[in-house]
Amino acid sequence: MLDFSTLPAALPILWSGVKMTLFLSTMAVVLGLIVGTLMCSARLSKNYPLQLFARFYITLFRGVPLLVQLMISYYCLPLIGINIPALVAATGCIGLCAGAYMAEILRGGFQSLPPGQKESALMVGLSNSHILFFIELPQVIKLTIPGLINETILLVKASSLISVVGIAELTRTAQNLAASNFQPFQFYLTAAAIYFVLNSAISVFGFWLEKRSNNRVIV
Amino acid sequence: MMAFDVKVIIDHLPQILDGFVTTVWCTVWACALGMVLGLIVACGLMSKARIFRYPIRFYVEVIRSTPFLIQLFLLYYGGPSIGIYLDPIQAGIIGLAIYGSAYYAELFRAGFNAIPEGQLEVANIMGFSTTNILWRIQIPQMMVLIVPGLVNTTIILGKETAVLSIVTVPELTFVLTGIGSQTYAYAETLTVLALAYLILAESTSRLGSWAEKRLSKYMER
Repeated sequence: MLDFSTLPAALPILWSGVKMTLFLSTMAVVLGLIVGTLMCSARLSKNYPLQLFARFYITLFRGVPLLVQLMISYYCLPLIGINIPALVAATGCIGLCAGAYMAEILRGGFQSLPPGQKESALMVGLSNSHILFFIELPQVIKLTIPGLINETILLVKASSLISVVGIAELTRTAQNLAASNFQPFQFYLTAAAIYFVLNSAISVFGFWLEKRSNNRVIV
Repeated sequence: MMAFDVKVIIDHLPQILDGFVTTVWCTVWACALGMVLGLIVACGLMSKARIFRYPIRFYVEVIRSTPFLIQLFLLYYGGPSIGIYLDPIQAGIIGLAIYGSAYYAELFRAGFNAIPEGQLEVANIMGFSTTNILWRIQIPQMMVLIVPGLVNTTIILGKETAVLSIVTVPELTFVLTGIGSQTYAYAETLTVLALAYLILAESTSRLGSWAEKRLSKYMER
């Protein structure tokens, strides 16, 4: 039978890993949303070089595995003279990658808005930035909540890869504990359970958000 | 700033090609197994018996909300504690197939749901058996409907094979990072690595659009 007796003593260590995972994921989501919005506007802009750049960015970040991106940010940035802590590099990396995915999700949202809205907003004399921030973005975010929540769950899962560059988030902590207690199955199972709880919570939050925003938005 | 030395790549070309083949091999096997498992899981998800449906729904949720890395560790490092002994490639393929099965299952379920109810009713009245309806009416149409999603999931799984390098499967990432740490030629090896994955993803997507075009010819209603 599996022996879980070492687990209680390890819980505080695992908790510190959970906090790190949450911190990394939150930072990545925030960065991803910012980058995603920018890339999405670039992708939809009429400026051709800008559009091309956004396409290139999205293809690149969606086509290369995140693990490889993390390794590039970890090994190659110092080679070109950028010395930043591994934590910053890793967070930036998953944030930029999330940005590419979020750009595509948001683009779907923007394209589903009726074009008449923008035309009438221009007619009544609203500026482009006004239209973006006060008319389009609020609706797009509400429309794309399911996609964005999905992406957030993917990000929490992706943050496990950061363990490879030696940051003590949940996976790394579980790895260390598994190695020091010689009980891989127990600790990885616990880590899996923790990820499951975290992501279920995000998913429930998503449903709640979706339901709440549906009551208010009229599209 | 350092020079970009192509020689490192040319010298290790045979190894890199081996790694490439392993990556493709793992992807193909994992996707094939994942689709078969996914189809079974999808049938379970749509079953009317709760005793099947609830545990399978739980399986799908657990697989989809835990990282692949943890699942792989659990299988490869944790497996021996419960009597499962696998070599890295086996663990990698089985792990990836299990991970993929949950995604494929959701896709198959969506495809099944997109088939008009009327067809099944008609087939039922015409005296088709349930197995016949499944094999001759539902599965062929569902497979065509979900090609775009299938291609997407296959690309995602193909990229996920990079994670197998962590459990020492000698695939592309493992080989190239190995060469990188032997020769310190990180920039060269990692660039080639990124390019190789881009090529893989791009060719999968091309193959997918070709298949979509060919298959949807038969779907005129």
